[in-house]
Amino acid sequence: MTDLLTRPAARRTSRRPVVEDRLNRRGSLEPREPGRPRRSLVVALVLACVTLMTLDHVNDGAAVDPLRRLVGEVYGPVESGVSGVVGPVVAVPHWLRSKHDLASDIDRLQDENDQLHSELAASDYERNRLQEYDDLTATAESIGQALVPARVIGIGPAQSFSRTVTIDAGARAGLAPDMTVVNGQGLVGRVLRVTSTTATVLLVVDADSTVGGRVGRSMKVGFLHGRGDLGDTARLDLELVDQTYVPAKGETVVTWGSQDGAPYVSGVPVGRVDSVFSSPRETTQRAVIDPFVDFSALDMVGVVVPSGTQSDRGLIEVDGGLR
Amino acid sequence: MSPLLPLPRALGALFAVSVALVLQASVFSHLAVRGVVPDLVLLVVVAAALAYGSELGLVLGFGAGLLLDLAPPADHYAGRWALALLVVGYVAGRLAAPGRARVTQWLPVVAASSFVGTSIFALTGLLLSDPGVGVGELLRVEVVTLVWDIAMGLVVVPLTLGLFAKVEPDRVAA
Repeated sequence: MTDLLTRPAARRTSRRPVVEDRLNRRGSLEPREPGRPRRSLVVALVLACVTLMTLDHVNDGAAVDPLRRLVGEVYGPVESGVSGVVGPVVAVPHWLRSKHDLASDIDRLQDENDQLHSELAASDYERNRLQEYDDLTATAESIGQALVPARVIGIGPAQSFSRTVTIDAGARAGLAPDMTVVNGQGLVGRVLRVTSTTATVLLVVDADSTVGGRVGRSMKVGFLHGRGDLGDTARLDLELVDQTYVPAKGETVVTWGSQDGAPYVSGVPVGRVDSVFSSPRETTQRAVIDPFVDFSALDMVGVVVPSGTQSDRGLIEVDGGLR
Repeated sequence: MSPLLPLPRALGALFAVSVALVLQASVFSHLAVRGVVPDLVLLVVVAAALAYGSELGLVLGFGAGLLLDLAPPADHYAGRWALALLVVGYVAGRLAAPGRARVTQWLPVVAASSFVGTSIFALTGLLLSDPGVGVGELLRVEVVTLVWDIAMGLVVVPLTLGLFAKVEPDRVAA
């Protein structure tokens, strides 16, 4: 008797979920397969998705922003921590590739090399970061704005088709939405939203990004649109308001600036004119701009803040000093 | 009727999805091929659907997609990944072979799920004209994603199945 009760087969049947029967339209019983969702559940979840998209669509996503902030507060610090561990490791293969010829060296030198490998991998990474800090300081001086330094800790995947990155400075560092983000080379993008420790930055190469641009030599104004590409092929399109003006190849384009410096402060270098198109159908000149910033290798960036902002980290002031 | 998400299973799923999300944003962005990273979160949803069926796949897909929509640095309309992964969870659950799955059985499911997931995400993008990207770019990204997902699926799916087997050792996998 007890033997029968403890047989595994008997136990398994008792644990199988009870099949719920339901009446179909013709009035006959239809057993529900276990593990198959109810139709009401499917409809509810799909409707939830559609509702979310609608909420995010209207009013520029004001309704969804608190949710985004909540999730960001949880996952931002984790991404930041993981990125800090991964950074030096990622720098190693880059170094090995540049010193590839060392691999053919004789055995005696090989041992010595192995030691140098590990030392240099770290020091290269540190030297690059120091260089980036120096560049940022120079940028703060040249554009006459105070900067909060920050590092890129997460990059949006290409399958999302929007070019955004996460940086490791947030509201506590004095950041707020619609602040300009630069690095040592030029304009990077603008802050979309912040959590207390992280911020999401829309890169200027994003297909939805529009920046007011000014051709340096002639002061002619226009609008810069991103194309959504990163890397060496990243280009911006400049549509000039004055259709009679043809910018020369190699002319520098800087930001034109908005009221109160939001979202873009004026005078930040963006890129160089690569080529010019004009079509009679569209009534504007279109120039292709090669941006100064290498968007595929973003690391250290600076966020333009008002001078004297309260921040949880050192602030690079207009005179290049740290405060 | 046993509850859909008993506590250990829910915690295991949350853990797996969170790890996948952080790896996808912070680690694999360094290994990206033309900016495309493997959809680790999608693979976790597929694994859960393979183990527990389409109902859990549907619910977990919705939850994981929502996280993917809201966690930084996401900026598309929220709900797009939720919708895509919800369908992925359901489809993967329906396609799952009964009994203990072999690689030859679940790998096609992973490939189909990856294709379905990225397609739905891209199509909602076209409908909402969220980012202004052409169809050619969509197809190029989709092919790279498919290759990435199949390659990473060989690692992620067994790991996730192993995790679920560990948090609920008494439950025989599917």
